[in-house]
Amino acid sequence: MTIATTTTPLPVAAKPVPLAKRDSRTEPRLVRGLIIGFALTFLTVFVVLPLVLVFAQAFSKGVRFYLTSLADPEALAAIWLTLVTAVISVGLNLIFGVAAAWAIAKFEFRGKTFLVTLIDLPFSVSPVISGLVFVLLFGAQGFVGPWLMAHGIHILFAVPAIVLATTFVTFPFVARELIPLMQEQGSQEEEAAISLGARGWQTFVKVTLPNIKWGLLYGVLLCNARAMGEFGAVSVVSGHIRGETNTMPLLVEILYNEYQLVASFAIASLLALLALVTLIAKTILESQIEEGRPHSDD
Amino acid sequence: MGLTLTWLSLLILIPLAGLFVKTAELSLSQFIDTVTSNRTLHALQISFGLAFAAALVNLVAGLLIVWALVRYRFPGRRIFDAIVDIPFALPTAVAGIALTTLFAQQGWLGAPLAALGIKVAFTPLGIFVAMIFIGIPFVVRTVQPVLIDLDVELEEAAACLGASRWQIITRVIIPSLTPAILTGFALAFARAVGEYGSVIFIAGNLPNVSEIAPLLIVIRLSEFRYADATAIAVVMLVASFLIIFLLNRLQRWAQIRALSVG
Amino acid sequence: MTIEVRNIIKRFGGFTALDNVDLRVETGELLALLGPSGSGKTTLLRIIAGLDWPDAGSVSFDGEDALARGAGERHVGFVFQHYALFRHMSVFENVAFGLRVQPRAIRKSEAQIKARVKDLLDLVQLDWLADRYPSQLSGGQRQRIALARALAIEPRILLLDEPFGALDAKVRKELRKWLRTLHEEIHVTSIFVTHDQEEALEVANRVVVMDKGKIEQIGSPGDVYEEPATAFVHGFIGESIVLPVEIRDGRVRLGDRELNLDSRDARPGPSKLFIRRHDLAVGPSGAGALEGAVKHVRAFGPTQRADILLSAVGEGTLIEIDAPRDRDLKPGDIVSLQPRRYRIFAEGA
Repeated sequence: MTIATTTTPLPVAAKPVPLAKRDSRTEPRLVRGLIIGFALTFLTVFVVLPLVLVFAQAFSKGVRFYLTSLADPEALAAIWLTLVTAVISVGLNLIFGVAAAWAIAKFEFRGKTFLVTLIDLPFSVSPVISGLVFVLLFGAQGFVGPWLMAHGIHILFAVPAIVLATTFVTFPFVARELIPLMQEQGSQEEEAAISLGARGWQTFVKVTLPNIKWGLLYGVLLCNARAMGEFGAVSVVSGHIRGETNTMPLLVEILYNEYQLVASFAIASLLALLALVTLIAKTILESQIEEGRPHSDD
Repeated sequence: MGLTLTWLSLLILIPLAGLFVKTAELSLSQFIDTVTSNRTLHALQISFGLAFAAALVNLVAGLLIVWALVRYRFPGRRIFDAIVDIPFALPTAVAGIALTTLFAQQGWLGAPLAALGIKVAFTPLGIFVAMIFIGIPFVVRTVQPVLIDLDVELEEAAACLGASRWQIITRVIIPSLTPAILTGFALAFARAVGEYGSVIFIAGNLPNVSEIAPLLIVIRLSEFRYADATAIAVVMLVASFLIIFLLNRLQRWAQIRALSVG
Repeated sequence: MTIEVRNIIKRFGGFTALDNVDLRVETGELLALLGPSGSGKTTLLRIIAGLDWPDAGSVSFDGEDALARGAGERHVGFVFQHYALFRHMSVFENVAFGLRVQPRAIRKSEAQIKARVKDLLDLVQLDWLADRYPSQLSGGQRQRIALARALAIEPRILLLDEPFGALDAKVRKELRKWLRTLHEEIHVTSIFVTHDQEEALEVANRVVVMDKGKIEQIGSPGDVYEEPATAFVHGFIGESIVLPVEIRDGRVRLGDRELNLDSRDARPGPSKLFIRRHDLAVGPSGAGALEGAVKHVRAFGPTQRADILLSAVGEGTLIEIDAPRDRDLKPGDIVSLQPRRYRIFAEGA
């Protein structure tokens, strides 16, 4: 065998080199500094500054003006509509998200992959296109629009379309969060419960639900944030009727285009606050989910 | 389960099918005329071109951000880690007006840039900036968990074999992250192509110059040219799916070779 | 290549992983570092490799200071417990990695690299797997590829960290034999870490037994088994019967019974008597140092195993002994047990 173990003589090091310089498992101090500097600058310019600016603009004419802007009837109507929309959409997606995740995680059936792809669809489609499909359905030239009109039912340019579009856009959040969680947990616990005589519904409430509660909350949280903040899809279907079909993001746009900058940023600040609260709650929930996860043996 | 399928088809499939049925109302030549009109082509070009460029920026910047967040310890690291999600959580309209004000000529960043002769707001560059903003979380959040889980022993093995730090990064670490990097890129790209809220404020919306495809759809709708709007939407959908499909194939190809080792 | 490790101290936070360790490894040796987890054996290996740095002490290869060099400059082959193969590279590329990352000036030509990799794959008898990816290999194959990869750089020293730890028992046995044969072929100075005493005794020329950051004994496999230097080594290697005894006036006492044993200069005071299970001669009642009642007998293989309740120790201590098959033992028999070989270590030593 010719596997030589030649001993290439090492040149004797003239003087010891600092250890960190020789350690090829991390970067030189200068490179580290540059990378950290780049990361922080990038995030500051693109993320921190816009966020700070929202609040700076909102309060640029003082607290009193800020509060007056929020107390405006149009603003109040927009806030109310946003809340109502969010409650309904989140409620619907909660039910159907759990159902979809349950079906995908616990059963084998044909077309499962297709179903998973479908669930992700609203994520990869432009919100404007999401809005568009509802215009096509319910609009005056749409498929069911004329029939609805003849019967005096208003969907498009009214609250129902806003709710539908929002539900469509926020559909993936709950299901996507639950599917991996439920797959990871498997169905052993449910089978145990059933073998002990639990009915389907009892099994769900007493076994499945407690196992997924943090993931569920997480999905609801993200779903809610998106539902309250959705702009593109809602913009297309709402009709922008002031005081009636304007949600908060739409009002932000209108006020901004009318050069009522401070009032616009006042509403925006509420939405930004929602985003911040969502992020904080999300961070807390993530640690809860991590704890609830079954640990591997290693 | 029947319920689930019914719901999904009601909520997702039927509307999407409607899209294609509506397009069918146009004759083929009408369809081609619509989607090849100068304005449509420009809008598509702007949306896809800038989204691709922005996703590339996100890929590089996101990788450096992930590296700093995972591999280094510095004050404020956890806060910056949480901040990465803001573009995802902040409503797009809010992001839109904030970025516009920030980069407008009197803005905090717009003023110094204007002094350098760089105009961002109301130009294609503004669209680019908004698309970068919206895409940051995607690359960071897909690559981060993979880098955290990456076995240090791989780097140690490479080091023992005589590889320099640069060789370890380019030949061992980056290839191991490639599937995640591609996924993050695809997500950021898809998001930027369809992005509306955060872009329209800063874009300027000048036809053929700074008008994005989603905005053109909205304009056609407000003119009640539903079929035209739908035609553009269909082109966007098909193009996005093709690109995502290709990226998925690329990712799967990268993954097959990187199947997890026991 | 000789390795000289002197006065190495390594702490992780408040935990002392290595406490003033000295070790000399001779050229061509196949040395085992044996110890329980937390004994510092892997840390010592990583320090020799350049993957960890000691807080104090020196490491030299053939008299040259190794600590002045990084891992990549020490020409050390390192094999990891979990293989650490590059998943995105084929087997061929994995083995070729160390050759491809060499500085351009000394890098081999593509043809030379090909030939070298082929030789190595032949050596580990896996040339037919060159185009596969690590995920397509079995655990034993992966470990052999990892070894081929480590050998590609013509290492002056080969270090293996629990090389068979992640494999199942059968493959482990095969690879042990294979590693020993391979070492005979290439004869490179090698150190491997293991917590498995059988592995250490069977494969190595010399065994270093470690515990709590210190070296307990260095010796041939025979030495550490037959002549354990400390109570820890006796307890860790092979199975031992341990009895609490008291040394008084040069005599060995178990409970209230004086044993017919030489205390061999053991210090007075509470001590531990160590006996191998098969080192007890079973005789009729009254004839030996220990006495007890047979409780249970299991006969299989070349010996029979018996549980014996010793009468001299407090409430009675149950010990397990191995006796020849021809010796007639029945439950209920009262027998005497005379240690043929034994060791006495002071309490706490």
